[in-house]
Amino acid sequence: MRRADYVIKRATFALITIFVAITLNFFLFRVLPGNAVTDLARVPHAGANLKHALTVEFGLDKPKWEQYLVYLKELFHGNMGVSFVNQQPVSHLLLTDLKNTVPMVTVGTLASIVVGVFTGVLAAWRRGSLADHISTNTAIFAYAFPTQWLGLMLLILLSSHLPSNGMTWEFLFSPEPFWQHLADVAQHMILPALTLLLTAYGSYTLVVRTSVLETLGEDYVLTARAKGLPPQRIVWRHAVRNALLPMVTLIALDFGYIVGGALLIEVIFSWPGIGLAMYNAVTQRDYPMLQGGFLILTVSVILLNFISDLVYFRLDPRISE
Amino acid sequence: MSALMQEPTAGLEPVSATRRRGGFFLNLLMDRKAAAVGLGLILFFIVLALVAPLISPYSASTQSCGTGPSAVFAGISGHHWLGCDDGGIDMLSELMQGGRISLVVGFAATLVAMVIGGGVGIVSGYFGGWTDITLMRITDYLLVIPDLVFAMVIADIWGPSLFHVILVIGILEWTGTARVIRAQVMSVKERVYVKRARALGSGHTRIIARHILPQVGPLLIANTVLTVAIAIYLETALAFLNLEDPTVTTWGTILEHAFNRGAVSAGAWWAIVPDGICIALVIVGCFLFGQAIEDALNPRLKIAHLSLTRWKIRTLAGRGADAV
Repeated sequence: MRRADYVIKRATFALITIFVAITLNFFLFRVLPGNAVTDLARVPHAGANLKHALTVEFGLDKPKWEQYLVYLKELFHGNMGVSFVNQQPVSHLLLTDLKNTVPMVTVGTLASIVVGVFTGVLAAWRRGSLADHISTNTAIFAYAFPTQWLGLMLLILLSSHLPSNGMTWEFLFSPEPFWQHLADVAQHMILPALTLLLTAYGSYTLVVRTSVLETLGEDYVLTARAKGLPPQRIVWRHAVRNALLPMVTLIALDFGYIVGGALLIEVIFSWPGIGLAMYNAVTQRDYPMLQGGFLILTVSVILLNFISDLVYFRLDPRISE
Repeated sequence: MSALMQEPTAGLEPVSATRRRGGFFLNLLMDRKAAAVGLGLILFFIVLALVAPLISPYSASTQSCGTGPSAVFAGISGHHWLGCDDGGIDMLSELMQGGRISLVVGFAATLVAMVIGGGVGIVSGYFGGWTDITLMRITDYLLVIPDLVFAMVIADIWGPSLFHVILVIGILEWTGTARVIRAQVMSVKERVYVKRARALGSGHTRIIARHILPQVGPLLIANTVLTVAIAIYLETALAFLNLEDPTVTTWGTILEHAFNRGAVSAGAWWAIVPDGICIALVIVGCFLFGQAIEDALNPRLKIAHLSLTRWKIRTLAGRGADAV
């Protein structure tokens, strides 16, 4: 019963947040000077008639709240408008981009979590030792260097050895077989994913270190030690398992940061994902694309947070009390 | 600020043997090397920004590396210690000028964030009830929205300008502070001396200003310093995405120019490397200093049962409901 309560509570929160994001998305773009009509009517000899016709066609003569309801309705039908640049449906364009973004971000994030957990546990376990200092200081610098700078450094150092532009080799005459295509993408993914690893793992190391340090001070660790358990077992089975709990929340809060980092990485390596699409939308003043990209990224982060709430609950049933 | 460590605790002897005269921050700087290093780095760059116009070797906006094609990404030489950018402008001068603007953006945005975050945290924690619920809901919503993406959208809508970048970062980065401060205020307001002040007839304003604020002060400063790091980081990211005023030079726009104008293919690492190191050093400084304050305030970190060195067993005085 309690479990259901908790899940419902978090799901409600996620839904309300998504709703807030949608509303923000609508009103933010309404304060812009001009609208779709001023953009489309920029043809020579566009008279008042054309402008009026377009205004009626887009429903811009209606009051704001009615426009808002239309926006909500269209959104639920998967309609995010058309791109100003090529008149293609935004939802279709962005879904294609999202499919390219997800594998790169997943690989980079998982790698950074693994590296972060190991270096963090090592630093906490060997607190005050050389290993701790090296691990902590490297993590602090990895965290401190801007994502775009790390990407540029990898470009300078490795672009002669690894592909650094796009997702596949272009100009191939015939479509590649599946496994070859996969290898191609994987090769192109190394630099972007490595940048994401470098930019994200540092904060995990530091969080894991603090969290493990806190649990190492708990009485049950003292008990375990008094029982004569080997240190490895105490650290991994007693301390780390409990230290993982706050990490789930902190990793979840980091999703927004990861999305921002991924955006910069896609710009640097021309990875044809949703971040690059938003960057191009900014330079081309393509508001529907920007609006759609913002919505998709925000909703993804909210959903990921919801999932991590459920994971947290699975790991620690106490919180429902 | 010293109030935090020297609050008279009725009937209890001082818990820490290392307590000395001198305020919280003086002790912190003496006890923790990281705090001193961090503060030193921050002060170094602030001083550098202040004296930049006096010591800057060339102008940061006009050519000084000669004319013609040879000026483009001219290499490191005795005259130009860090080489030149694509426009033949001396890199070292540009870095100094960029640091000025980046630090101003970082601190100004943080000021906005701290006023909002500190205010929301104190009001929310102190008054509780519906005020608390409403404010924390807003905080929760803002907390999950990816900040760079949101900042990008707002900065694009408002148009590229330094003031807008400051405002955008300020209104996005207060949420973490609000939550931390709220938690601290909720614990402080239940302490005996606050209840005593209330019983003596102090008003809300007086209690907040005289009794609560000094207690959350160090935590607020820790958050301020940590937020400066995030603000500078976000500024470079927004500049990289062409959302910064194109006429100003910041550490962010230097990277953006290097990327968009072919510094990588020209092999001009001097247009990229020193800039990133400056940004990283400021952020590391903020992080070390802020984190050292937070660690000093976290009693759970003072002890570990499995470690190379021995740590004192935690005393009972700071625990549970009777915590002081």
